[in-house]
Amino acid sequence: MPKVVKLMQGSEACTAGALAAGLRFYAGYPITPSTEVAELCAEELPKIGGKFIQMEDEIGSIAACIGASLTGKKVMTATSGPGFSLMQECLGYASLCEIPLVIVNAQRMGPSTGMPTSPAQGDVMQARWGTHGDHPIIALAPGNVRECFDLTLRAFDLSEKYRIPAIVLTDEVISHMREGVELPDPAEVRPLRRAAPSSPAGYKPYAADPDGGVPLMAPFGEGYRWHCTGLFHDESGAPSGKADVADKLLRRLQLKMDKNAPDMWDNVQEGTEDCDIAVVSFGSSAMSALSAVRRARREGVKAGMLRLKTIWPFPEPAIRELASRAKAIVVPEMNLGQLALEVERVAGCRSRVIRVGKVNGELFRPDEIYDVIMGAK
Amino acid sequence: MSDVLKYFRQERLPHIWCPGCGHGTVTGALVRAIERLGLDKNKVCVVSGIGCSSRAVGYLDFDTLHTAHGRALAFATGIKLARPDLKVVVMTGDGDCTAIGGNHFIHAARRNIGITTIVMNNEIYGMTSGQYSPMTPKGMVGTTAPYGNVERSFDLCELAKAAGATFVGRSTTYHVPLLIDLIEKALQNDGFSVVESIGQCPTYLGRKNKIGGAVEMLNWIKDQSVNVKAAAALPPEKVKGKFLIGELHNAPAPEYSSEQGELIGRVQRNYSDIKGGLWECASNSD
Amino acid sequence: MSEQKKSYLHVVREKYCKGCGICVAFCPKQVLSLKNGKVFAEKPDLCIGCRMCELRCPDFAIEIRQKGEDEARAADAGSVDYEIPPEAHHA
Repeated sequence: MPKVVKLMQGSEACTAGALAAGLRFYAGYPITPSTEVAELCAEELPKIGGKFIQMEDEIGSIAACIGASLTGKKVMTATSGPGFSLMQECLGYASLCEIPLVIVNAQRMGPSTGMPTSPAQGDVMQARWGTHGDHPIIALAPGNVRECFDLTLRAFDLSEKYRIPAIVLTDEVISHMREGVELPDPAEVRPLRRAAPSSPAGYKPYAADPDGGVPLMAPFGEGYRWHCTGLFHDESGAPSGKADVADKLLRRLQLKMDKNAPDMWDNVQEGTEDCDIAVVSFGSSAMSALSAVRRARREGVKAGMLRLKTIWPFPEPAIRELASRAKAIVVPEMNLGQLALEVERVAGCRSRVIRVGKVNGELFRPDEIYDVIMGAK
Repeated sequence: MSDVLKYFRQERLPHIWCPGCGHGTVTGALVRAIERLGLDKNKVCVVSGIGCSSRAVGYLDFDTLHTAHGRALAFATGIKLARPDLKVVVMTGDGDCTAIGGNHFIHAARRNIGITTIVMNNEIYGMTSGQYSPMTPKGMVGTTAPYGNVERSFDLCELAKAAGATFVGRSTTYHVPLLIDLIEKALQNDGFSVVESIGQCPTYLGRKNKIGGAVEMLNWIKDQSVNVKAAAALPPEKVKGKFLIGELHNAPAPEYSSEQGELIGRVQRNYSDIKGGLWECASNSD
Repeated sequence: MSEQKKSYLHVVREKYCKGCGICVAFCPKQVLSLKNGKVFAEKPDLCIGCRMCELRCPDFAIEIRQKGEDEARAADAGSVDYEIPPEAHHA
């Protein structure tokens, strides 16, 4: 097969990744900078018998997605800060009720209306803690247009496999920029599907190994007649306020993420095997950071780059290992320090963590990060 | 097994509603309407929001979904659009539907999506113990309107009609045969159907307003209602201050999810030979 | 009376009945009454089978069966003993 290189926008690659994963239902609401995902889904889904609906707001969008996911469909929505904030309650619902769901959050300068057309990375903590209560969540961060395809497809696979909502955390630049991209041959893409029960007989919707097990998920409309509730529930799905039931449920949900985190972690490293000074970053900030690291290396400084493709669950082993070598870890991000909080928590006592925050709505220039690396020698 | 109880998850009965609460009566009316129509239990999906009324779905032996406050119709829209062949019913309360859920209510009606919405209107927030709601009559007392509610309430059926619902009816937990008939018709309407059932909350609305218990409240409700057919023949002062019960609107129109289905059919015919591009990626999955 | 007067069986599910009194108050023939907090068919022979008690009951605790007409129904949950449903713990 001849190499097929296509000039593709980040949002387009997200949509292509979702379609490759078997997306059949999109519900969304227009918001800069993720509207292109909605537009492309509106155009592509009908061609394959998929359903698209523009709901009255982002709450309706994620709610409709959860409804469709319960019928067995693979679902997605795309939004940005303000919409992501509106989606939080239902995101918690999807996490408690273990509903496979993918949300693309194209971050923009916030808070509030902020700067809609400017990139930012200020939703990192919201992606993890935006909704109330302890809950598992997965967040992946594409660093270029090809990864928008890969990580959206990966988000579907992880969400289907573990029944945990998965967020694809891009930003205005990653979502809007175009790159020449070679997509994998569709025949090689083997999307995962949620494990379903074989028959309604004796089906218990939330029966699973307490040690992080994933229950079998029956689709609505196929004779299982099961009950899904946002109240804490026992294995039969009935609402329950019993202490032991609640404790067992929440710990199982958390273990689903903690135990399977190795399968969820993913990062790219360059020069970290012998670095004195490491840079930890993600998304579009990592592009500038990489050229800064490479420049420092050319000038004989032992600099290394660790780019996180998985933000949540936070890759503690990778950071801990990095801290065992590097005496300083530079964390450039387009916010006033969010990923850095996690890096400090994990590596703070072993390496000096240097936050580099850019909050003027512009990308980092490589020299801005280069200066910090040189300053940290 | 009795005709009614076979639609219930009996291991979960008796239910949690207070003695004399009207929600059980409405739930029974829905079940009896489904029994009359002989619907396949495996193809009925009942969705609810949050509140006393929304606990109904947990007791019903269908695919049931107890969602977030005010969002039942949005969840149900996703289910109906994904599976147009299912009979989708939403059970919601007056607060759940017209306060926090108001936006989804008017848009679901505007779309005329095939969902039968049963608004179990006890004119108060019951679960949180007695606050006034958008449907609490002006002047009545609630825990957040200790000096009397100064707000006017919606005419829910007019609101539904204006927003685009194609079947609208109102009854009460006193007029149960009428309620069952309306629900039966609502279930048969392809598009968006609304049945408002005004019912008693003796524990809060009845007690806080000194109306009395369930029996007194049912009489109080009965005295405020007038059948829409009878009202036509009555002089205006006889109808003043009362609400109409019966079938209030019935104008079938194309249903949203089937309209989408036809559109998809047309698109697929035009693009049946597409190769490459995004479409290619989707070909290999289910 | 031309044909033989119909008579009715009042099936009461005491586990479900909460003694709200709706059925008693609105029975057109005052057939029903409350006995230690549960509905009781005091004058069953006055029953005309209108079933309004059954339709209005919020707890599905009463069911009217016409004698000879409706076949005997299998025992249903209302009359079977079971452990307190998890629901009760929640309230």
